[in-house]
Amino acid sequence: MGDTSRLCSVWLGSETGILKGVSLARKQAFNFCNTSHLSRDQEVRALCWGDPAESELLVGSVDGTVKTFSVEKGAFTETRRCGDPADGCFVGLASLSGSALVTCAECGTLRVWREDGGGSEPAAELDAGKNVCRMRQSPVHPHKVATGGKENGLKIWDLEKPEKPVFAAKNLRDDWLDLRRPQWVRDMAFIPDSDKVVTCTGYHQVHVFDPSTPQRRPVLEVEYGEYPLTALSLPAGGNAVVVGNTHGQIAMLDLRKGLVRGALKGLAGGVRALQCHPSQPLVASCGLDRFLRIHSLEDRKPQHKVYLKGGAGATGGAQEVKEEDDDDDLWETMERVEETPKRKPTEEDEGIEEEELQKKSKKKRKKGKD
Amino acid sequence: MDITEVPVSQDNKGKKKKNKKAKKKSVSQEGNEESGGVETKEEKMEKSEPAFPPTFSVSEIKNKQRRHLMFMKLKQEKRKVKTYKYHKKEEKEREALGDKAPPKEVPKTIENQRVYDETTVDPEDEEIAFDEGTDEFSAYFNGLTNPKVLITTSDRPRGRTVRFCEQLATVIPNAHVYYRRGLALKRIIPQCIARNFTYLIVINEDRKVPNGLVLCHLPDGPTAHFKISSVRLRKEMKRRGKDPTEHSPEVILNNFTTRLGHSIGRLFAALFPQDPQFVGRQVATFHNQRDFVFFRFHRYIFKNEKKVGIQELGPRFTLKLRSLQKGTFDSKFGEYEWVLKRHEMDACRRKFQL
Repeated sequence: MGDTSRLCSVWLGSETGILKGVSLARKQAFNFCNTSHLSRDQEVRALCWGDPAESELLVGSVDGTVKTFSVEKGAFTETRRCGDPADGCFVGLASLSGSALVTCAECGTLRVWREDGGGSEPAAELDAGKNVCRMRQSPVHPHKVATGGKENGLKIWDLEKPEKPVFAAKNLRDDWLDLRRPQWVRDMAFIPDSDKVVTCTGYHQVHVFDPSTPQRRPVLEVEYGEYPLTALSLPAGGNAVVVGNTHGQIAMLDLRKGLVRGALKGLAGGVRALQCHPSQPLVASCGLDRFLRIHSLEDRKPQHKVYLKGGAGATGGAQEVKEEDDDDDLWETMERVEETPKRKPTEEDEGIEEEELQKKSKKKRKKGKD
Repeated sequence: MDITEVPVSQDNKGKKKKNKKAKKKSVSQEGNEESGGVETKEEKMEKSEPAFPPTFSVSEIKNKQRRHLMFMKLKQEKRKVKTYKYHKKEEKEREALGDKAPPKEVPKTIENQRVYDETTVDPEDEEIAFDEGTDEFSAYFNGLTNPKVLITTSDRPRGRTVRFCEQLATVIPNAHVYYRRGLALKRIIPQCIARNFTYLIVINEDRKVPNGLVLCHLPDGPTAHFKISSVRLRKEMKRRGKDPTEHSPEVILNNFTTRLGHSIGRLFAALFPQDPQFVGRQVATFHNQRDFVFFRFHRYIFKNEKKVGIQELGPRFTLKLRSLQKGTFDSKFGEYEWVLKRHEMDACRRKFQL
């Protein structure tokens, strides 16, 4: 079990509680299940790495339990009860410097749990409003989290001062009929080198907020498509964002000017989760059509496609996709694929030579005619 | 006349092909004499006709008249293959050879050449069995609910659509037709759920002809949107039987092999009650071929153990799936499990989704 789990570079959770690890080298998905009895209660809603070394996965299920999965051992090591199913499902999971765990439920209760001692009582609790759709942790400052939801704007919280949000976004200006604009934050991400946060909404908008400025309204607004955007991810470059909507359209947007750079084709169902590779220009997407697809961001071509035995997991509900860091063994195969871009310069050279020859021959013909 | 015609035509051909005939004789002679001559082979290829190298095609002959003649000959041969005489001859040869006959060539069809779909469901797969056991249709397939169908149309339907709805209601047991009255579907759905309906069918009309179907499974089930084509009402059916009775029909679902096909198949199956009344001898068939679902409704009678007679009753129509959405009807904010993206999916003629 341990060896198959070590092979997997992409991890997904499914609707039936099965954790699927996908090995891209073998183009195969492996199932890891806690109990022999599958049930819809165990639907995986949130997934995150337990530690920076990426050796443990924290899996949050609908019934309020958070399970720890060890990648080395290939099995679930412990289960913690972190909240009632009555609160709603998990919308975010994050781990704080090893021992603590931050969970956020749909009803808005954000709780910090300590591993030692406090089994049933959270160490800190705060209310992030109603109908929260997503909670994300800042990669630079682990004690900062952002939440957002339906009619619940973006709020950035500092867990050390849980009374008031550090930044609470204002809704957009009223539209041309003076009607209040509805807001529905579906997903957000912290932009690495600055304070900015980018969010995507259910009204097909992408907003960038800058807490360092006094402006509480979005600094940049981009519209894409006609369907709600469900997932968001930041590629390694820094100026772009990849978004996916309920129709299976994935696009790369440039945040400098707010233009659509290009779309990634192939998905047939709504996008549930997007994850970019931390250093390479690759993005993994999974959706309701039960396929995991890896696209290259440079030429927007699909590199890998793995069928996730829906069936069960019907990875129909697959959530976050996480990728391991530059693990040479695993990403070697990816490098092979990337050889094709290297060929491009040579092709271009050949093309140029041919053109020159053609031009020469044309000139000769013209001379002949004359 | 007959006697004279033949030599005339030969002469004509002879005149045009004088050079060729002369060459033919010489070449055939050479051919007979030299069986292994490598040097002269190239010459033969240039001039000859009877012994063509395998990669030769008619279009390589530069002379238009000769090319035309060769092409006509080719066409005649092809036509001959299709004739009855030719087939009979082949059969006789086959019988004569007996066991040594080469195997019959299976003609290539698009269904034969279908690209293998990795989402094809394996009947013994546990994961899929579990998934299907706990999905939205589980209540129906476990016998807990009986189907109750509400059929309606888009606003202000005209003749054909109204008659189509009425006929559908006779085909599907426990179906009720209601006039739309311009109501919003999102408001109708909670009311249907309150009145224990399990299905909502909305037939969309365009220019007095039904062209779309929205099939929504009610408590919280998937919504499928189809395109309808070739609707034939009862009056237009040839050799049809009498009107269908109130008995529940049997349901036949053909060729729904992929995971998506399974979902759609279950969607259709859950429209009809679980126990068919065999007394009624009626059967509804949903046949999937090349992503088109053909609906037929028949009455059958067994004449003896091996022979069945069927009468087609009821409407017939063809459906093509356009999108499958998770949850009840919500085209703006719903999540789609599958959307038909024509330019991406219809690019390969041999790849099908259902």
